[in-house]
Amino acid sequence: MNQFLSLLLNGVSLGALYALIALGFVIIFKSSEVVSFTHGSLLLLGAYSIARLSGPLGFWLAVLAGLLITAVAAFLVERLIINRLRGAAVISLAIVTIGVDIILLTELVRRIGSDILNVPHPWGGQSVRIGPVGLSQNRLIAILVAGALIAAFFAAFKYSSWGVAMRASAEDGETAALMGIRQGRVSAVSWVVAGVLAGVAALFLVGSPTPGVTPANYAVALRAFPAAILGGLDSTGGALVGGLLIGIAEALAAGYQDQLLFLGRGFSAIVPFIVMIAVLLVRPSGLFGTKELTRV
Amino acid sequence: MSSPTARTTEAPAGGATGSGTRPAPARRRRGVRSLVGLVVLLALLLVALAFPLYFGEFWLRTGFAVFGAIVGAIGLNLLVGNAGQLSLAHAFFLAVGATSYVYVSGEPGGLGVAELDGLGLPPLVGMVVGVLLAGLAGLIFSPIAARLRGIYLGVASLALVFIGIHLLNTWTPVTGGFNGRAAPDFSLFGFTFGNTDPQLWVLGVPYREAERLWYLGLVLAIGAYVFARNLLRSRPGRAMQTARDSEVAAAVMGVNVQGYKARIFMISSMYAGLSGVMLALSIGSIAPESFGLELSILYLAMIVLGGLGSVGGAALGAAFVVALPLVFQRYADVVPFVGGPGEAGLAPGEAARFLFGVAIILVILFEPAGLAGFAHRFRRRLTRPGGGTTTPPPPDSPEGSTRPDPSDRPAQGSTTT
Repeated sequence: MNQFLSLLLNGVSLGALYALIALGFVIIFKSSEVVSFTHGSLLLLGAYSIARLSGPLGFWLAVLAGLLITAVAAFLVERLIINRLRGAAVISLAIVTIGVDIILLTELVRRIGSDILNVPHPWGGQSVRIGPVGLSQNRLIAILVAGALIAAFFAAFKYSSWGVAMRASAEDGETAALMGIRQGRVSAVSWVVAGVLAGVAALFLVGSPTPGVTPANYAVALRAFPAAILGGLDSTGGALVGGLLIGIAEALAAGYQDQLLFLGRGFSAIVPFIVMIAVLLVRPSGLFGTKELTRV
Repeated sequence: MSSPTARTTEAPAGGATGSGTRPAPARRRRGVRSLVGLVVLLALLLVALAFPLYFGEFWLRTGFAVFGAIVGAIGLNLLVGNAGQLSLAHAFFLAVGATSYVYVSGEPGGLGVAELDGLGLPPLVGMVVGVLLAGLAGLIFSPIAARLRGIYLGVASLALVFIGIHLLNTWTPVTGGFNGRAAPDFSLFGFTFGNTDPQLWVLGVPYREAERLWYLGLVLAIGAYVFARNLLRSRPGRAMQTARDSEVAAAVMGVNVQGYKARIFMISSMYAGLSGVMLALSIGSIAPESFGLELSILYLAMIVLGGLGSVGGAALGAAFVVALPLVFQRYADVVPFVGGPGEAGLAPGEAARFLFGVAIILVILFEPAGLAGFAHRFRRRLTRPGGGTTTPPPPDSPEGSTRPDPSDRPAQGSTTT
């Protein structure tokens, strides 16, 4: 039972991080109809920048700089490419982000090479005990920060003028534009927010229990894809639920891997995808996604 | 590659009813064009047939890899370009084909610590089984594929790649596990596509493995090309492209949208399966790392660069994407910015990837019809002297999927009426 609780808590912490990344996917999709395949390399960019800059700048400044770099990168992608393709088919938009991703990822992998870059988190690698279960301190802070960020995001989404503008444009872009909502700005802000969220997720993903920044971090963002999809690509609440679901499923599969050995070692890494396929079979637009209606 | 001009959008004009109303010069021009096309085609074929007589092993091996990629790219293009379904699972279906071939035709035996199974059947059987099993895998996945639209499918198909890698790594008796296993040489009714058995000389040139495989690849690639061209002009092909442009319109006209989506997914997977068998033959072995997400993305790069929806374009794109890194590697000392192993500069693979990334972005931004679009424009300028610039712009891009989603249009129409 204790093992189960501990795994559950670990799953929630992992899920919170997935939810951060998935939220990024969702707001980008809502504001600009783009499924961003660039997110994996944005995440890696954030992690890499933090790791490299924390030597000369110190940890906190490096975190700020890393988030700034990620945000600027996302902003540039939106301004230079996505913004010029307004109204293009969803598939073309997705493919163009794959193009960006190839460039960024190649450069980052080239720079990282086979090293494992260490990020000197001031909270170190100790674990804390909450009642009977243990959790690494890094992950505990991750839950708190992610929770705070997600709450702030939902508040902003509901009450701030940016949130209202974004929801309006997602509802009906043309009408929103006629009402004087600047679509370009909404989309740019969404990309920046998504970039920052990915950067924050990166900060915690490279801490304990994972060893540090490696090109493998890239795959984490890909596992957040199922989170966004199974919640419904256009549902922010869905991203949250999806993230937690995926995180818990993955942590449980990793924890009980001895019992699951007949499925092969390393099975936990593909659990998110299996969960996603299972959900999509029943609900093709995800758990909370709006069904696409076609009017004639 | 004679006439990829006859795309779906203009095909009716070339039919019997259209040409009757055309002025005579236009008809003559069409005749001339098809004659030119025929000559070019024959010349290309001749060059392809004579290629092994003049070029060394490096180019022949590159050529076989290109042929394999052409088959796969044509298959993916049918799915993405013509049916409008984004799939990132192509690497998985290639893996199914390659693994089945290696398992069916391979001999059982131990390799290091791993105990390998194998059926030891003739390679032709292995190839056919590979294609069929890939098709079956596609068919099994197609209930999902048919229900999901566009981007959901793209992400869902991502899952298959990771599941595939996991299987390749863990199902050791069949796949050889982490280290992979060797692929048996191909042979056809006793004729081996290896270095010997029988010894073969043509015009004084020894025909060894590379030369023989070249012809195998050529035949398979041409077959794949012709099949795809015919499919697109047939009733199912038309139905599929209508469904891509508007599912509702297609359904109203009696097209079984779900059925076609499922079937095209299967056909595309079969193409991938054949391509996978050829990849195994080309590398000489299979290993999990060959079938990662990167392979899927490379295939996507091929069809985007070549031009979504164009069969010839897919072939061009495949040639470009596969050959470029190999050529960089070979001529690392000549190409700027590229260095060999241990030297300064980019590794050949990295340089090629940078180029692909930039090329994808530029193509989507500025020339959504890709290389096929360039070729199309070039050919028109060639056959209409002086007319290329003054004629009214043709349908801006013949590839519907690169235009704004047409299914928006009916909705707008209903608000204005």
